[in-house]
Amino acid sequence: MTNRLEIKLWLAHRLTGMALGLFVIIHLITMIVVIQGGLSAAEIMERTSSNILVVIFYGLFVIAAAIHGSLGLRTVAQEVLSWRGSSLNFVILVFFALLCVLGMVAIKGLVL
Amino acid sequence: MSNQQEKITVSIWRGKEEGDLESFEVPLVDNQTILDLLTSIQRDVDPSLSYRFACRVGMCGSCAMRVNGKPRWTCRTLVSKVVSNGELRLEPLANLPVVKDLVVDMAPFFDKWQAGKGRFEAKDSAVMEFAPIKPDNKKRQLADEAIECINCGVCYSACDVVESNPAFLGPAALNRAWSLMNDERDGSSIERLKAVSGEGGCQSCHTNSQCVARCPLQLNPTRSIAGLKKQVAVAMLKGEL
Repeated sequence: MTNRLEIKLWLAHRLTGMALGLFVIIHLITMIVVIQGGLSAAEIMERTSSNILVVIFYGLFVIAAAIHGSLGLRTVAQEVLSWRGSSLNFVILVFFALLCVLGMVAIKGLVL
Repeated sequence: MSNQQEKITVSIWRGKEEGDLESFEVPLVDNQTILDLLTSIQRDVDPSLSYRFACRVGMCGSCAMRVNGKPRWTCRTLVSKVVSNGELRLEPLANLPVVKDLVVDMAPFFDKWQAGKGRFEAKDSAVMEFAPIKPDNKKRQLADEAIECINCGVCYSACDVVESNPAFLGPAALNRAWSLMNDERDGSSIERLKAVSGEGGCQSCHTNSQCVARCPLQLNPTRSIAGLKKQVAVAMLKGEL
């Protein structure tokens, strides 16, 4: 890993962290607002089905969370376990892909 | 005078990396500093005790050590303020190799100052006229906040990132780099940003602020490191790194 790439990953970790802060606030406010007066699962599905905004918002949310979580885990592995190199990067890439897939499956369940 | 009758137990690290605490019973004297106490033990009890000092007035940064587990400058620390249940534990600074007793080898600490480009490097162009830097200049003020470091190593000993990652440059070296980044006369900004953003650079800081809590001069290396992080991020986004 070159130093430039390491700095880019560090920057990506911080920027996705900031984005997640914003996403979580929007997510919580939306939830609190829409459940006022009670809401059933069917009603939720009715609102989210085929909603492109939901796809875009939660798609970005999932990607940011996958990047942030993976890079955070990589740093923890480096600092706590002194684990470095290509074996760590491979495991982190797999973890990143897993988070992306699981997140996208969840979004698919929400909108389809 | 009644205080002089009161005794305290001082446990002092003896040996090198391998060693043990040795206990001394000494009188608690009014207005005595830890450094005074060590001098009295060396003169009256055990001349082989090793510790380091120079100025005795909080300017040189030589006499730092751990007092009851916390790094402090001992020339400005009163025994009466830190003695706990009649006991005092004196150990060498953490995160540095022990030479003997309370003396540590400061070479790794200063090597990191060099690694972080903590040296002033003048701009290439010759100075043809005075460049006035007013006291209210923002960069001058930022440099002022960081510039009073006396290199005592207290922050380096207190830093848990240095403890877990020996490659980390540490609060003092990064604080120094930050003061130079705000020096209008310095000409090696990008080289310095590269030096402080490599392995063990400013990104490694966990922002736990142990350095801020322990700095005897109330400097804020965490803020300096945050400033470096911001400059590194901006330089990377601009493609300068």
